[in-house]
Amino acid sequence: MEQKLIVSPSPHVHSGDTIPKNMYAVLIALIPAFLVALYTFRLDALLITALSVLFCVGFEYLIVRFVMKKEPSILDGSAIITGVLLAFNVPSGLPIWILALGALFAIGVVKLTFGGLGNNIFNPAIAGRIFLLISFPAQMTNWPSTAMAVETTDAVSSATVLGLLKQAPEALPNLQQMFLGLEPGSLGEMSAAALLLGLVYLLCKRVITWHIPVSILVTVALFTGILFLIDPLPQYNPLIHLFSGGLMLGAIFMATDYVTSPLTKKGMIIFGAGIGFVTVAIRLWGAYPEGISFAILLMNAFTPLINTYTTPKRFGEAVKHG
Amino acid sequence: MSVILTAVATLGAIGAGSAGILYLVSQKFKVEEDPRIQEVQDTLPAANCGGCGFPGCAAFAAACVNADSLEGLNCPVGGEVTMDRVAAILGQTATKAAKKIAVVRCSGTCEERPRLNQYDGVSNCSIAAALYGGDTGCSFGCLGLGDCEESCTFDAIHINPLTLLPEVVEDKCTACGACVRACPKDIIELRKQGPKSRRIYVSCVNKDKGAVAKKACNVACIGCSKCQQACPFEAITIENNLAYIDDDKCRLCRKCVVVCPTHSILELHFPPRKETPPAAKEEEAIANA
Amino acid sequence: MLKSFRIGGIHPKENKLSAGMAIQSIALPAQVVIPLSQHIGAPCQPIVKKGDKVKVGTLIGKSVGFVSAQIHSSVSGTVLKIDKAMDASGYKRDAVFINVEEDIWEEQIDRSEALVTECNLSAKEILEKIAAAGIVGMGGATFPTHVKLTPPPGMKAEVLIINGVECEPYLTSDHQLMMEKSDEILVGITLVMKALNVQRAIVGIENNKKDAVALFTKKVKAYPGIEVQPLKVQYPQGGEKQLIDALTGRQVPSGALPISVGAVVQNVGTLFAIYEAVQKNKPLIERVVTVTGKEVQRPCNLRARIGTPLTTLIDAAGGIPESTGKVISGGPMMGKALASIDIPVAKGTSGILIVPTLEAKRKAMKDCIRCGKCVQVCPMGLNPTLLMNLTEYEVWDRAEKNAITDCIECGSCSYTCPADRPLLDYIRLGKGKVNGIIRARKN
Repeated sequence: MEQKLIVSPSPHVHSGDTIPKNMYAVLIALIPAFLVALYTFRLDALLITALSVLFCVGFEYLIVRFVMKKEPSILDGSAIITGVLLAFNVPSGLPIWILALGALFAIGVVKLTFGGLGNNIFNPAIAGRIFLLISFPAQMTNWPSTAMAVETTDAVSSATVLGLLKQAPEALPNLQQMFLGLEPGSLGEMSAAALLLGLVYLLCKRVITWHIPVSILVTVALFTGILFLIDPLPQYNPLIHLFSGGLMLGAIFMATDYVTSPLTKKGMIIFGAGIGFVTVAIRLWGAYPEGISFAILLMNAFTPLINTYTTPKRFGEAVKHG
Repeated sequence: MSVILTAVATLGAIGAGSAGILYLVSQKFKVEEDPRIQEVQDTLPAANCGGCGFPGCAAFAAACVNADSLEGLNCPVGGEVTMDRVAAILGQTATKAAKKIAVVRCSGTCEERPRLNQYDGVSNCSIAAALYGGDTGCSFGCLGLGDCEESCTFDAIHINPLTLLPEVVEDKCTACGACVRACPKDIIELRKQGPKSRRIYVSCVNKDKGAVAKKACNVACIGCSKCQQACPFEAITIENNLAYIDDDKCRLCRKCVVVCPTHSILELHFPPRKETPPAAKEEEAIANA
Repeated sequence: MLKSFRIGGIHPKENKLSAGMAIQSIALPAQVVIPLSQHIGAPCQPIVKKGDKVKVGTLIGKSVGFVSAQIHSSVSGTVLKIDKAMDASGYKRDAVFINVEEDIWEEQIDRSEALVTECNLSAKEILEKIAAAGIVGMGGATFPTHVKLTPPPGMKAEVLIINGVECEPYLTSDHQLMMEKSDEILVGITLVMKALNVQRAIVGIENNKKDAVALFTKKVKAYPGIEVQPLKVQYPQGGEKQLIDALTGRQVPSGALPISVGAVVQNVGTLFAIYEAVQKNKPLIERVVTVTGKEVQRPCNLRARIGTPLTTLIDAAGGIPESTGKVISGGPMMGKALASIDIPVAKGTSGILIVPTLEAKRKAMKDCIRCGKCVQVCPMGLNPTLLMNLTEYEVWDRAEKNAITDCIECGSCSYTCPADRPLLDYIRLGKGKVNGIIRARKN
């Protein structure tokens, strides 16, 4: 034994879990949704996703290196996820410069001004999407018809399911199509089935727990379900709400972002219920057809408060004598 | 036109109403406070360092105003000037306190005190001290992880990356005592700054027996009591194999510095001796560096 | 479904390399260094001086104060000196150095292997014998056993819980002891049941020791009142509060002792020592130590006299490997990294774990990503990331409110953290500070 002994406090072993491992697991979970997007939008999907990732990673590298003057850690995968999620949240035909602007806002303003991964208050991809939606409403809601639709009709752009709910509920497509993802919409929010597959993967890998996605979906289903029971209009149909728009994408991949969601299980359920409630409220009574992004953003702001007021269930608190 | 008038009138009314409510509320919840507290607080340095023993300048100001005399109350940061001003406001006399400064009582540099193991925990002295005696053979000496640097609000103490020991920036040190409280090994002490910043102190806190201390560190105090015998003023005491110089009794004659076999007694800011013994030269060099 | 505790928990790789290795006694060393502080509580006063002749079992350190434990010579020979010596605490503390000469034991010690089941002593006499033998918690906590077996006034024990969990990875000393000394341990249990006047005892064994579960299930039939319960392999199953929860469904409230829910927990090693003390008049002078590590040539379980240098034990396991980066006294989760291997075996030394350099270094800490995994795994239901921040910023009142003092220092949080944050380092520091503040407030 040549060298000096190393001394450090216990524990002396580590699980081997790392930030990149968790991030890459999320990316793997996004693959099914990406394949659906690829199938529906063909090369557009690939182009938008690849460029979005490139922009996000590039901006992160440049800003960290030259503005913050620190060693960039782009390989931790968080910027890649932001890129993919941003791409999944925009229509496939979005002009590239708008996409770049969205990436710059997401990474530069929402993530790095707060200190980078771990310190941001809002989910960068969500904030980027909302920034684009407010700044470029026309381009952001120009939904190209899906590739399949193009073959049969000549339409170049069409309304999303949620748009139809607001404007023309009688023209709604059937649920099966919505579940599989054959209706117009943003890149990655197409297929609820593919996204649910991702959820199963994340749960199996223990990257996330069930609390946030399930509480969001249950709240949405309950809220619209009650309304539907009172007045069975198609715009109250809980199944349509569950399988349309960005709800699945938001509930599974955006709301569960570690940094901007609460720490405790109790907090996660409050957080999820809040998102579900606000989403439905915006969808039904707001100006925008879709509300999940706003709902997540709003609840992100409440996360520190939720963290302060929800403590984990302590040992010895509940049970005295069994 | 009438629209504009209505708007102006309405807003004006709301404004006036709110002002009225605010006034009433502020009157209702007004806290009576001795106005001198604010006055005293304004003369204080507002460093909120806690060096006076109170949690912040406001608390110290209140204590000064409420106390019958200023005895025992001293703002180490503001020093005499500030305390005189406080005394003037309160119509009392300030008690003079000798200006003090932080000294680091460890000279165990990397060469003098070889490292025996590698510490691989958080860079925090308290955590390391709770874990073990440190990465050298001396379990009393400086760990070099910078709790003192962290605690200093005046940017006056820094770990020298070469020696891994803290060094006090004398111009900036206000003797607030934050580093003294932060050090888990009680190495830092507030001592009289002395005339022309001249001071002499034992730069070691090792209580091991001489041989053990010496084995761990070349410049450790070995408790040999030579300094005690050399001191004409009985300023030096030896307890637990460790010498200590009482700065109230020390007359800065420097006899102890010369006799110390391990050079663990340091002298600062003295002019060079006429016939300097070769041993003391290095000390001179370190002290002047 | 196997029983387990209800909050948090992790499952580190078990790595029980020395499992099934029979306990070997090692040769007497030339010199032993017996620390005078091998327990929680006040250090002992030495009652021998330089040149004194001692036998195996001679009292050399007298306990002072209530929470303290006697210390006996583990060898026969001459006292060389009483001096400071480095021990597992990482500090130099008083110890008795004894030069070993022959192997003469005190007459009253029964050295035969024969099992003695009969015991006519009263509860008080049993406790006195335990105190006289200097027995402490052998699981590593080293709390004086006679103190633990004396419930505070007004409290009554209802059930004795025997900790045969050994949930620390690598360690196998308790497992091997259970396999080889099951009858002695069971007699020890009956003695403690008598001392506490309880009618029920439950032996909890983690289910990765199926042979021990089977053996005890078979043997307890002869001992009324004793049950065996296999437990889920989950860390920290052997934590006192966790084990009580798993076995009885009772949760010890925050800040309270196990006796508040009528439970007393004893480790199997301690029970063996109690058997020897009460039935064989043998003080605690030796213990079983696992010497293990991935690069260690012969991972093994050794019976060593207290005071034997660690180097002697490591040599018996094939010497210290070239690749060594860290040596741990105890297991990898709660054990203490040693600054030097020139220290003696003490009453609390359950194992020596030698870690290669490659696995010894910590990774650089990253910013918290607030994944909440530490919250999920904390077996006490705390919020480790919050407690670390509160300690860093010295917000002691909030740390106290968030129950920092409940932390059992199991290390599950630091183990799990994907950002390699030293959560426990800070929490331990904060816990100490807050405990100090609470004590100061009481005075």
